[in-house]
Amino acid sequence: MEPDPAAPMLEMRGITKRFPGVVANDGVDLSVLPGQVHTLLGENGAGKSTLMKILYGLYQPDEGSIELRGEPVTITSPSDAIERGIGMIHQHFMLVPTLTVAENVALGLGGRHGLSDMNPVKERLADVSDRYGLRVDPDAYIWQLAVGERQRAEILKALYRDASLLVLDEPTAVLTPPEVDELFATLRQLTDDGRGLVFISHKLHEVMELSDEITVLRHGKVSGRTRPSEASRESLAEMMVGRAVELTRTVDQQTAGAPQLRVSELDVIGDRGNLAVKSLDLEVCSGEIVGVAGVSGNGQRELAEAMFGLRPIERGHVQIGDERTSAPTPRQVRSMGLAYVPEERMRDGAVADFTVAENLMLVDYNTPTYSAGGFLKRQRIADRCRELVGNYRVKTPDIDTPTRNLSGGNIQKVVIAREFSSDATAFVVAQPTRGVDIGAAEYIHERLLEQRANGAAILLISEDLDEVMQLSDRIIVLLEGEVMGELTRDEFDVNTIGLLMSGVTSASPA
Amino acid sequence: MWSDFFTVSVFVATLASGIRLATPFLLAALGEAVGQRSGVLNLGVEGVMLIGAFAAYFTKLKTESTVLAVLVALGVGAVMGLIYAFVTVIMQAAQGISGIGIYLFGLGFTDLLFQKQVGTPQPIPKLAKVEIPLLSDIPWIGEIFFQHNLLVYLAFLLVPVAWFMINKTTFGLNIRAVGETPEAADTLGVSVNLTRTFTIVIGNTMAGLAGAALALEVGIFQQNLTAGQGFIAIALVYFGAWRPVGVMSGALLFGIVSATVLTLKTLGIVEGAASSLLAMAPAILTIVVLVVVSRRIAAPAALTRPFDRAAS
Repeated sequence: MEPDPAAPMLEMRGITKRFPGVVANDGVDLSVLPGQVHTLLGENGAGKSTLMKILYGLYQPDEGSIELRGEPVTITSPSDAIERGIGMIHQHFMLVPTLTVAENVALGLGGRHGLSDMNPVKERLADVSDRYGLRVDPDAYIWQLAVGERQRAEILKALYRDASLLVLDEPTAVLTPPEVDELFATLRQLTDDGRGLVFISHKLHEVMELSDEITVLRHGKVSGRTRPSEASRESLAEMMVGRAVELTRTVDQQTAGAPQLRVSELDVIGDRGNLAVKSLDLEVCSGEIVGVAGVSGNGQRELAEAMFGLRPIERGHVQIGDERTSAPTPRQVRSMGLAYVPEERMRDGAVADFTVAENLMLVDYNTPTYSAGGFLKRQRIADRCRELVGNYRVKTPDIDTPTRNLSGGNIQKVVIAREFSSDATAFVVAQPTRGVDIGAAEYIHERLLEQRANGAAILLISEDLDEVMQLSDRIIVLLEGEVMGELTRDEFDVNTIGLLMSGVTSASPA
Repeated sequence: MWSDFFTVSVFVATLASGIRLATPFLLAALGEAVGQRSGVLNLGVEGVMLIGAFAAYFTKLKTESTVLAVLVALGVGAVMGLIYAFVTVIMQAAQGISGIGIYLFGLGFTDLLFQKQVGTPQPIPKLAKVEIPLLSDIPWIGEIFFQHNLLVYLAFLLVPVAWFMINKTTFGLNIRAVGETPEAADTLGVSVNLTRTFTIVIGNTMAGLAGAALALEVGIFQQNLTAGQGFIAIALVYFGAWRPVGVMSGALLFGIVSATVLTLKTLGIVEGAASSLLAMAPAILTIVVLVVVSRRIAAPAALTRPFDRAAS
């Protein structure tokens, strides 16, 4: 039977899913045509993942119906979804690192007589991989692969199962710009074959480039449907957030002062015993934001942790103002004037079970202002915390609310409030807006620029290239723990940075 | 004295006895390794071994059937496996503390049954040696390897079987995936809970068999017969880096060191307090090797972590 190209392959109608205290999906409709890219756009917590988990059989909807190729279906489990031709490319790759690519692909498929013979798997895998130009060594273990290759393995897993409807959950989040171009070429090849794609993203320029149809979700409801030809980045952002958003920020030129934060010849060992940061030098002047760009896992985390004394320094030293140290501890570098907004805010930035007030006081609790003789000055602490919560617009019922009950954006504001309200002169700020809604991100950016205007030296580590390019005065690109290149504001260019991120140094002037 | 020790016959006898002593460790550790590869730590091995040992002893005492004794031990092991799977997989209780509960239950329950049902220790006939034709006639080699009871042969045959199951079957692929990244296995339609239930039942059945091997080897039951062997078996899984051949090497090393200590005592080379100190040698050796080994090789990433789809 030849499928009718105009008939939707997927029709989700009136999907409602409630969790205790929250309606994650509220009467959501989604229709995907074969050969099309249908983008699902929305902020964190807007309900995109819930909708896709329902489609993949991980959750059951409370209300609503799903039709696949005109047939009403109930999808009861992931294996049910796979059998019906649905493939999911998860944002956090669902791959077993200690198994090979072929074994990951074969997982769950069974084999002849219960034996896991990899030869037929590899043969078929080679076919699929040739057809779509998805090169990856079937015998390589996942842990040996670079992020781009892991994603190819993840896509191959779905194609091997002959998925005709593919869901891609923020597939570009971990890729360099050239890898994104490559991925988009593959995706177009998939739609040319008549497959339907659901593309989840919040990167507006990618959405404009790739989509055929766009459905925008806000607070679990569809807040708009459009096409790239009828939309602009601004109109999409407005549908996502519910109000006009300033997407391009003009940063005033500002003359930087004297060097305030300096790292010299730094060697740091990573978790796997490798040299994660290699003989790294960098300098941040007061009143300057220096961005660190790079694909995750190229030494950014180790650099930040070493500077803040959370990871031993093998060689080299850190200098803040006039003081230098080669064996920093967190309390020591804080007293030298360094503050830190860590990348893993729920692990290193805040204690989830502590109240908002307790998290706000984590650094200053033992200063004479807030404690005496081992006792906390409750009243003074409460006053201070109320002031911070107000100043930094933390949305919380009160200062005694457990921090884990706050949204990601508000938890980040708690961390920022604590760190930015100190009298630090230098900051290491890692992934400040990851997983944070646009409104909070906007606000955090304002605060960063305010610190810069006040003369702070800020090292901004971020995987969000737009963010780095928007806020930084200079950008250094890290690859495998080394500085691949350094650019000043007038040299900022996505392609140049993208090439540096993937290790191409001989970039001829564009 | 020392000259008695350095003779071929003592050397051969010590190695043969080492292999025999290694058998309960090997059976229990192989089963535990399979469970741990799927992400489940079972600290209750010792308790299940005791239950298996008592079941085999009591059945043999009452029916005089070795076959029935082994079957009953396997059966009670499997039942203990189902209970442990219910507690840790279905109810998602913390594995460490649940395993200790199983151990304490096994320790107390077998002692109670022994007091009530048997009372005074009554020996049972030991398991007969089966000499493998031709092979057992080879000088030295024959005595070391081919003059043992059937459970010894079975334990060593299960090493390649376990290796094949883990590495060459789809079930083994599921086990390895579930032990490392259960979320990934789940999205591909592999049932994490079912896979883990199977491995737990396999592991506990083998622990029951290990207990039977011990009771039928020594021909007696008493309170705390296993005396920590189940815990050593868990250590041997780490020692062997979760691989059947590695586990076997550990069990053999442990068995042979134990046999050597016994020989030295029997020959009167070490006496009194010194021999008691020496008796600790195998345990100390295990700890030393563990410290060295566990730095190098990573455990299954999901070990001790219950799987909850909603949390992933």
